[in-house]
Amino acid sequence: MAYSDKVVEHYNNPRNVGSLPKEDPNVGTGLVGAPECGDVMKLQMKINPDTQIIEEAKFKTFGCGSAIASSSLATEWVKGKTVEEALSIKNTDIVRELSLPPVKIHCSVLAEDAIKAAIGDWKKKHGVEVPVTEKASH
Amino acid sequence: MAVKLPIYMDNHATTPVDPRVVEAMLPYFTEKFGNAASRNHSFGWAGEEAVETARQQIASLINATPKEIIFTSGATESDNLMIKGIAEMFREKGNHIITQAIEHKAVLDTCKNLEKHGFEVTYLPVQRDGRVSLEALKAAIKPTTILITIMYANNEIGVINPIPEIGKLAKEHGIFFAVDGVQAVGKIPVDVQKDNIDLLAISGHKIYGPKGVGALYVRRRNPRVQLSAIIDGGGHERGMRSGTLNVPGIVGLGKACEVAQKEMPEESARMLALRTRLKNGLEAKLDEVFINGSMEHRLPNNLNMSFAYVEGESLLMGINDIAVSSGSACTSATLEPSYVLKALGVGEDLAHTSIRFGLGRFNTQEEVDYVIDKMVQVVTKLRELSPLYEMAKEGIDISKMKWQTA
Repeated sequence: MAYSDKVVEHYNNPRNVGSLPKEDPNVGTGLVGAPECGDVMKLQMKINPDTQIIEEAKFKTFGCGSAIASSSLATEWVKGKTVEEALSIKNTDIVRELSLPPVKIHCSVLAEDAIKAAIGDWKKKHGVEVPVTEKASH
Repeated sequence: MAVKLPIYMDNHATTPVDPRVVEAMLPYFTEKFGNAASRNHSFGWAGEEAVETARQQIASLINATPKEIIFTSGATESDNLMIKGIAEMFREKGNHIITQAIEHKAVLDTCKNLEKHGFEVTYLPVQRDGRVSLEALKAAIKPTTILITIMYANNEIGVINPIPEIGKLAKEHGIFFAVDGVQAVGKIPVDVQKDNIDLLAISGHKIYGPKGVGALYVRRRNPRVQLSAIIDGGGHERGMRSGTLNVPGIVGLGKACEVAQKEMPEESARMLALRTRLKNGLEAKLDEVFINGSMEHRLPNNLNMSFAYVEGESLLMGINDIAVSSGSACTSATLEPSYVLKALGVGEDLAHTSIRFGLGRFNTQEEVDYVIDKMVQVVTKLRELSPLYEMAKEGIDISKMKWQTA
C-alpha cells in the first residue's frame, strides 16, 4: 500500500503529540472511535473563553498511518482558529490535503468527529447548549 | 555486522527459491524442454524422467510412494481437488464434511461452495490455543460424514493440530482425511502412514521452491482413494489432473523437497533458536505483548504476537525495512481483522495489534537482532502516541469503556 508523502511526513513527524489537563475548564477533550475498529483518536484543545480562539491543540491516536496523519493535521489546522472556524473544517478537506485513498476516508471522518467532540466538550464545560451534530458514518 | 535491508521475515506468505532449486530447474526451460507426455522421443523421455524423480523426492519427504503424488498448479488447486474430488466421488455415500474455523480460505471457500451444492459442512471452532478439539471433532461425526479436512499447521499462528490423533479417528470411522499441509511439509516431519492421512496438499513456494506448482498426495492403498477430477482434458496424472505438466516447476518442487528432507533436523533447530531469540528479545524490552496461539504446538519458524495499544498497520509503516504481516483490519482487503485470531477468542482490539513473523532458511541472527531493536523502537514511539496506552497506564480498563462506534 502506498502512502502519500504527506501521510508519511505526518507519521514520521507527528505534530502536537501529547495531552492537556482534562479537568482544565478551558480544555475540551474529544475521544472518538473504538479499539475494536482499530481507530481511537483523542483530540484536546485549549480554548480562550474570551476570544474563542484555540490556543493549543494536542492529540494521541491509535490507528493506521492515515489516522495518525489525519489527527496530526487536524491539530495543526485548528490551532489559532476560532471555535466557529474550526467547526467548519470538513473531512473532505483532510482527504484532499493528505491525498487519502477511498479506504482511508473514515480516518478523516474520525478526525472531523474528534474536532467536533472536543469543541462540544469545551462548550459543555461553559454551559453552552451543544446542538447534536450529525455524525458522519464510518 | 551491518544487515542488508530490507529484511524478509514473511516466510509463511512465500519463500525465495533456494539457489540449488533454481539450478536444478534451469535445464528444463531450454535444452530439456520436452513434454513429459510425449512418449515417442527423447525430449519427452527426459521430461518424464525428471517428473518421476520429483515424484520420488516428494514421496520420500512424506513417506508415500511416487505413484501417490499428483502434480497441480499449487496448493489452492490441491485443496480444491482433494475436497471437491472426494465430495463428488462419494456423494452417494454421504454429504457431510467436517472442517474447522481457521483453515486457509482455499479450504473454507471450497467447503462453502459445496454447501451451495447440497453438502452439509461443520466448521469446528478452535480452542483458545488454536488447536482443534478431538472431543468436538468426535461429536461432530455423523453417519453421513464422508470427509474430515483439517490443516496440519496454521498459516497465521503456526499452530500444529493433533493430526495423528485425528487421522486415527477418521480411519476408525471409515472417513477420508484430507490435510492442507502447506505450512508443515518440509518444516516438520509429516508422515502420511503414521498420521493416517489420505490426501495431503503441498505447495512449492512455501518450501523454497517455485510458485505455480503444487502436489497432492492421494493414498493408493489401505484404502485406495478415488477422486473425481475438477479439470477435464488429456487425462494426465492418472486422470485426476489433466494438463501438460509444468516440468521445470515440478523439478523445482522435487528438489525443494529433497533439500528440506536432508536439512530438516538442522534447519528446524536453527529456526527454533532464532524464534526463541526473537520472542525473548521482544518480551524483555516491551510490556503488554501477547503470544497468539499455542507455543508448545507451533511451527519452529512462526511467531504471532500482539503489541497492545499499537495498531498493526501503523506498526508496519514504522518498520518499513522489515517485511512481516499483520492481522490488523487495515492490512486486509476486507477491512476485517484476522478471522483466525477472532476464532481463537483474541479480542478485536488485540487482533488489530498483531504481527506475524515468519522466519526462513535465509534469516540470520543479525537480522533477528535488528528486528527486535526496530520493533522496540517503533512500538515505544507509537505507544507514546496511543491514547489507549496512556489510559491503560492511568489504570482505566479500556474494555469497560463505552466507545462511540459507527
